[in-house]
Amino acid sequence: MKQSYHEASARKRLLGVLDPDSFVELLPPQARVTSPHLPALDLPVAFDDGVVVGAGALNGRRVLAASEEGEFMGGAVGEVHGAKLTGLLERAVAQKPDAVLLLLESGGVRLHEANAGLIAVSEIMRALLAARAAGVVVIALIGGTYGCFGGMGIVAKCCDVVIMSEEGRLGMSGPEVIETAHGVEEFDARDRALVWRTVGGKHRYLLGDADDLVEDDIAAFRAAAIRALDAARPPTLDNLLAEHAFLAQRLHLFGTCRDALDIWRALGLKTAESVALLDTAGFLEAAEKIRLRG
Amino acid sequence: MDVDTLLHALFLGCCNVAQRGDFISGTASIAAQTISVVGTANRAAIGVELALQLAAEVLRVVREHPGRAILLLVDTLGQRLRRHDELLGINAYMAHLAKAIDLAERSGHRVVSLVYGQAVSGGYIAGGMMADACYALSSAEISVMNLPAMARVTKIPQERLEQLSRTSPVFAPGAENYLKMGALDGIWSGDLAESLRAALQGKSGADQRRARGAERGGRTTAMLVSERVRRDALK
Repeated sequence: MKQSYHEASARKRLLGVLDPDSFVELLPPQARVTSPHLPALDLPVAFDDGVVVGAGALNGRRVLAASEEGEFMGGAVGEVHGAKLTGLLERAVAQKPDAVLLLLESGGVRLHEANAGLIAVSEIMRALLAARAAGVVVIALIGGTYGCFGGMGIVAKCCDVVIMSEEGRLGMSGPEVIETAHGVEEFDARDRALVWRTVGGKHRYLLGDADDLVEDDIAAFRAAAIRALDAARPPTLDNLLAEHAFLAQRLHLFGTCRDALDIWRALGLKTAESVALLDTAGFLEAAEKIRLRG
Repeated sequence: MDVDTLLHALFLGCCNVAQRGDFISGTASIAAQTISVVGTANRAAIGVELALQLAAEVLRVVREHPGRAILLLVDTLGQRLRRHDELLGINAYMAHLAKAIDLAERSGHRVVSLVYGQAVSGGYIAGGMMADACYALSSAEISVMNLPAMARVTKIPQERLEQLSRTSPVFAPGAENYLKMGALDGIWSGDLAESLRAALQGKSGADQRRARGAERGGRTTAMLVSERVRRDALK
């Protein structure tokens, strides 16, 4: 039976993606390590600061894993939340597991811990790239309710592999932020179809920013994560030059497109208007020959 | 400080750095070595094109001039807040820039960043903040967002945030706060050329920001938490 990844909690997602009974949490809620800044603002704390980290197994392989909880402050990164992710990635440098899984669901920097959150995201980025340079594959899974935005949208694209569901959203500035800055004519954050085709999983997959697109099902995410275990792309000069050529070409091809529909048509998707209606299998088939691959 | 004044103070005329629009690049000579200069001006809002242009220059230096030091000049209002940038996947372009800078460091280039104007969130995090050694002029402003906007988003009264900012470096913008929290190696004033010479001689290595934040008392929890996650035995 399908179990929605989108609607599950961070813990449930993580336990469902990893091998049964394999997960051991580091700095669990019982350790009571909470935000030092939220009490000053009279805000409630969470005993895991909105992220679960630990070690487990995936298809019998040894992995480290983290899962962000959108229901606590939108998964935003505060000092403790960020330090848990950084510590996990540094543990990966030392222990060389077979992979690190990052189940990302975050609005980015936690504004209530502004400067501490920003620095924390920067520390995550450097630790993540150090892990990759050490030969550890880092896999991002994105399919939660709150999407993956802000600095964590950058973090996702620092990973070797990005796995998304159609319901997942990935970007940098959220629609509300853009609407606030430049008005509803620029980005109507309440136009769900527009939001979905601008930052949703199908668009990211067509553009090559998501490497795999799966159904909203915890088991489907697990299967994709297993497929990604040997997909390491270390951040070498050659790989970054190839990435550069790819991103330059993408900008060249679609730099003048105003809407995702224009991009999809330019890619050769004949039924661009009906993309929203396709189920995952039908969409993957339609996308197979035309999508970009980073 | 404007770019020309800054370049003169840093290199006393010994530089060949051009500014085209918001993009700065070129070479300069200091302490008998040639370094590359890359950065942004005009409080640039960094969109997909500029992020790609910055990454191109960093990658070019890595490929053509192995080991050459790089000075990143930072003046940015952050990422460009346009639907078009989101449509094209600006986070991938920002990540690409971050990876290019990280690669330069890993390949033995000394990378030093200097905030000489503004440094706001996404523009700083993918660029200057990736440097091993981060500095700011005393006149520089570093922030996630200003206090009025923060008050609006968090629904916490601005007066309250201002009051808290007097005792905590966490909330308010400012180079001093980032120094206390360990994100800056130092704040420059006076002889900028001498400051840069000293910065270029530093050694790159592991991320020291949490340790410095703890030492300086501005950010004490991050170090403890990350060390426990890094080292704790599995139970």
